[in-house]
Amino acid sequence: MTKGLWELVLQGVWTTVQLLVLSALLATAVSFVVGVARTHRLWIVRFVAGFYTEVFRGTSALVMIFWVFFVLPPAFGWQLVPMWAGTLALGLTYGAYGSEIVRGALNAVDPAQREGGIALSFTPWQRMRLIMLPQAVPEMIPSFCNLLIELLKGTALVSVMGMGDLAFSGNLVRLALQESAEIYTYVLLIYFVIAFALTRLMRGLEKRLKRGVGKDLLNEAGAREAKRAETTGVGAAGGGVA
Amino acid sequence: MKWDWGAVRDFMPHFWDGLLVTLQALALGSLISFALGLVWALLMRTPSRWVRWPVGAVTEFVRDTPLLVQLFFLFYVLPEWGLTFSALTTGVFAIGLHYSTYTMQVYRAGIEAVPAGQWEAATALNLPWRRTWTAVILPQAVRRVVPALGNYVISMLKDTPLLMAITVLEMLGQARLFSQQHFQFTEPLTVIGVAFILVSYLASLLLRALERRLVR
Repeated sequence: MTKGLWELVLQGVWTTVQLLVLSALLATAVSFVVGVARTHRLWIVRFVAGFYTEVFRGTSALVMIFWVFFVLPPAFGWQLVPMWAGTLALGLTYGAYGSEIVRGALNAVDPAQREGGIALSFTPWQRMRLIMLPQAVPEMIPSFCNLLIELLKGTALVSVMGMGDLAFSGNLVRLALQESAEIYTYVLLIYFVIAFALTRLMRGLEKRLKRGVGKDLLNEAGAREAKRAETTGVGAAGGGVA
Repeated sequence: MKWDWGAVRDFMPHFWDGLLVTLQALALGSLISFALGLVWALLMRTPSRWVRWPVGAVTEFVRDTPLLVQLFFLFYVLPEWGLTFSALTTGVFAIGLHYSTYTMQVYRAGIEAVPAGQWEAATALNLPWRRTWTAVILPQAVRRVVPALGNYVISMLKDTPLLMAITVLEMLGQARLFSQQHFQFTEPLTVIGVAFILVSYLASLLLRALERRLVR
């Protein structure tokens, strides 16, 4: 591999990282808004949020990407820059998965905590912000970590639309060299390294957040090991599609 | 927004072809992932760390890298090594391999959930190693993990469109072909989007019925 080709790969890495960060931010926002809405006391809010989750979880991320790239422009007259189109499709899809994590963690908070908030006449918003979320968020981190890895793997899908991410630059190098084993091995290794770094990062974040609510991670290492097989990320989080 | 029912009617024959390929890939991919996942899970329980460590590393690697790149790898690299398969076979194998690293975790949890008393009883009855697994542990473990495995079948369904990238004409591939020939993108893509939601919803209903029967 020549130096020029390596530069191509590095550009691909940069695009992948940008897309990952942007769509992770959008997905986090969507999952908190939708996840909190699913615990709302009005049934219509719960229904709309649930409908959103089912639709976006039910369809494939790649079909979503095709839809945003090809159907939105003629149907609504919106032509998005590829980066934003990719961010939108991935953020909305993975946000739907994330909303299930948020809902599950909110439901898992001890009911006495909520009742305590009511007894102290906190407003619903204060209750959510000061009591529920600080306890629920650290519990979400391992599941969100898995989802982040799924999102990283999902970013490769935009290469099908011709966006110059890591998988796409891998294809270009294959065409240039007429040889595929080497470049695809490198591409897979780069993805793995990114995933590994993300896992470490999330583990550190979890440790800090748990300390914030007075929980020691050391005691829970065993519990997390036992939990890992259940927190399955895409498709399996929350049990089934419907 | 223009919606042309004529285009939908023209697309339907292609849609059924695509659906058939999607379901084929899904069924075969599930079988491979169930079988391979069990193999990984059993290998991870062998006492030798020379088996456990490589299996753990390889499956972790496969799980953390994109299926799309794995598809490209198998599709372009295997022919260089003199192994030529059809695109569909390659795709089915890639999906099966990718998801086997997930089902392996599911099996592991299921095996660990079998109470220790069952193991001790098998030892006390002097059951040979093979009978312990096939007659005591696995029937209890597999029964518990069916719902979790079913969730992965639904995830797999949503990953079958990736096969389009290696020229398999499944639902999305058919939709793209049709759109490019007739220059109508809205209708075929929306039809398959709805089809995915319907199929995964039906699958989840089926799964719930199965869950009620098996897990009591």
